[in-house]
Amino acid sequence: MSYTQLKRVDLIFDTEATTKDILQTAWSKTNEQIVNELLESGLKGRGGAGFPTAMKWKFTSEQPEKERFVICNADEGEPGTFKDREILFKVPQKVFGGMAVCAKVIGATQGFVYLRGEYRFLLKELQKQLDDFHGILKDLGINFSISIVMGSGAYICGEESALFESMEGKRGEPRNKPPYPTIAGFRSKPTVINNVETLVYAFMITKHGAKKFKDLGTADSRGSKVFSISGDTPKAGIYELELGMTVEQFVEEFGDGDTKAVQVGGASGFCVPRKKFKDTIIGFEGVPTGGSMMLFNSSRSMYNVLHNYLEFFEEESCGQCTPCRVGCQQLMKGIEAVKKGKKHAAYLEQLMKLSQTMKITAKCGLGQSVANSFSSIVENFKEEMIY
Amino acid sequence: MPEIKDLVKGLAEAHGRTRESLIPILQGVIAHENYISDEAMTEIARELDISAAQVYGTATFYSFLDTQPRGKYVIRVCKTITCAMKGKSLIIQELEDLLKIKLGETTPNRKFSLLETNCLGWCHKGPAMLINDEAYTELTPEKVREIINEYIRK
Repeated sequence: MSYTQLKRVDLIFDTEATTKDILQTAWSKTNEQIVNELLESGLKGRGGAGFPTAMKWKFTSEQPEKERFVICNADEGEPGTFKDREILFKVPQKVFGGMAVCAKVIGATQGFVYLRGEYRFLLKELQKQLDDFHGILKDLGINFSISIVMGSGAYICGEESALFESMEGKRGEPRNKPPYPTIAGFRSKPTVINNVETLVYAFMITKHGAKKFKDLGTADSRGSKVFSISGDTPKAGIYELELGMTVEQFVEEFGDGDTKAVQVGGASGFCVPRKKFKDTIIGFEGVPTGGSMMLFNSSRSMYNVLHNYLEFFEEESCGQCTPCRVGCQQLMKGIEAVKKGKKHAAYLEQLMKLSQTMKITAKCGLGQSVANSFSSIVENFKEEMIY
Repeated sequence: MPEIKDLVKGLAEAHGRTRESLIPILQGVIAHENYISDEAMTEIARELDISAAQVYGTATFYSFLDTQPRGKYVIRVCKTITCAMKGKSLIIQELEDLLKIKLGETTPNRKFSLLETNCLGWCHKGPAMLINDEAYTELTPEKVREIINEYIRK
C-alpha cells in the first residue's frame, strides 16, 4: 500500500483567489443560486453534527422575522481538535468571507465570531484582518459587519444554544430544542451558526461551484475535510483529506506501525479498535468526525484514556440536567470501582446501560454523546477495564 | 475599594450596561485584577442593575473567570488525553518544583498560580500550557525552566 492512497486536497488553505474576487463572484449570483449550489455540493456542517449547510441558510432566510444573525462558531473545544485555530490563523479572511456570503443569503447585517478563550492570543491579528475585511466590504458597498466575542473557557459553549446564552451574558447552559437557531437563536432571532471550517467551504463552493467539491468524497460524505491528527503518530498535525477513507487506510498513512485504536471525533466520538479498522469508514456513513483523530498504540491503557475522557466530561458538563451531571460522575466512579476490584466486572454492563440512558435523556449533545466513547471503549477493551 | 469601583465603572462605560456586556466586563476585571472579587461582583451588579447572584452565577460558570485570588501570571497546563500521554505530569512536577507550590496554589508573592485545564487545542504539539493568554507547546522540563525563569525576571 502506498502513501498516495489518501487524496490530499487544498480547498481550505489555498489563497489563489483574493477575498475580494470571491465576494464579487458571490454578489454576481442570486441567493437562490448560492443556496442551490450549496445544496448540490452536499456540504454538511464540519463541526461534527453534520447538518446540511444549505438547509440551515435556507430555513433562516425564510423566517418572517427580519432581524437575523450569522455566527461563526470558533469555540473549538473537542479534545483532539485544533484545525479551526489553524484556519483562523492562516485564512481568517475566508472565514469572514463565508460569513458575508451567508449574510447576503439570509439578509443579515451583523455577524459574530465566538472565539474560545484559550485562543485569545489570536485576537490581535484576527482583529487586524477583520479591519481589512471591513475595508473590502466597504469598497464593494456591502452592508455587513462582524464583531469578535470572546469565550472564557467552557467546552459546552461550543453547543450552539449554549453559545447564544454565553453571548447574551449568561451561564452557558444549552436551551431546549426546538426551537432551533434557524427560528430563534441569538437574542431569540433567526440565526445561522456555522463552524469555522464550514464557512470556508461554503465560501470556496461559491467560488468554484458545486462540482469541484461534490466530485470528492462519497454519497453521504461529500467533499474534503480538515483533520486534526494527534496521539501516537509520527505525523501529528493538520491535513485536508478527501472523505470516504477507511480507518485502515488512515492508519496506514498516519499510524506508527503499532496502532491499537483510533478515537474518531474526539472524546465525544467513537473509539475504533484494530479489528474494525478495515470495515469502518470515516464519514457520516461510518464514524462521523469534526476532524479529531487520536491514535493510540499498544503501550497505552485504554482505561486511562476513558478515565481521562470521563474526567473531561464531568468537569465540562454544565450541570443543568441530571442525566449528564450525575451520569458522568457515576460512570467515572463506576470504572474506578471495577478497576480496583470493589465492583464485579459485570457492573460494567450496568454502566453501559447508564450511558445509554444518558444518550436518550440528556438535554444536549454533551451528555448524549458520552455513551459514544464510553460504550465503544468498554465493549472493545473490556479486559483493560477490569484488570 | 475605590479602585475596583472605578475599574468596573470604566468597563461598564466601554462595554455598555446591558446583560450582554456582563462577560466582557468580567473578562476586563480579570485582565486587571487576575480574579473577580466579591466586591467586584457586587459593583458590577450595581452598574448593570442586575442581582449579584446573577453575576456570581455567570462568573463561576466559566473556568477562565476566576473568583479566587490568582497570581499575576496564571499557568494552565493542559491535562487532556494527548497532552497527558506526552508527559504532562513531568511538566507539572517541574513547575511545582520551580515555583515551590502545589497544583491549584498561588505563590506567596502573588506572582504565579498553577492550574490544570482541559484541552487547549494543541494536541499535536503536547504537552501544552497557557501563561495568561500566551500558549507554550511541545514542553519539556528544560523548556519549562527557561520559560519560568524569563517570567521570574519580568
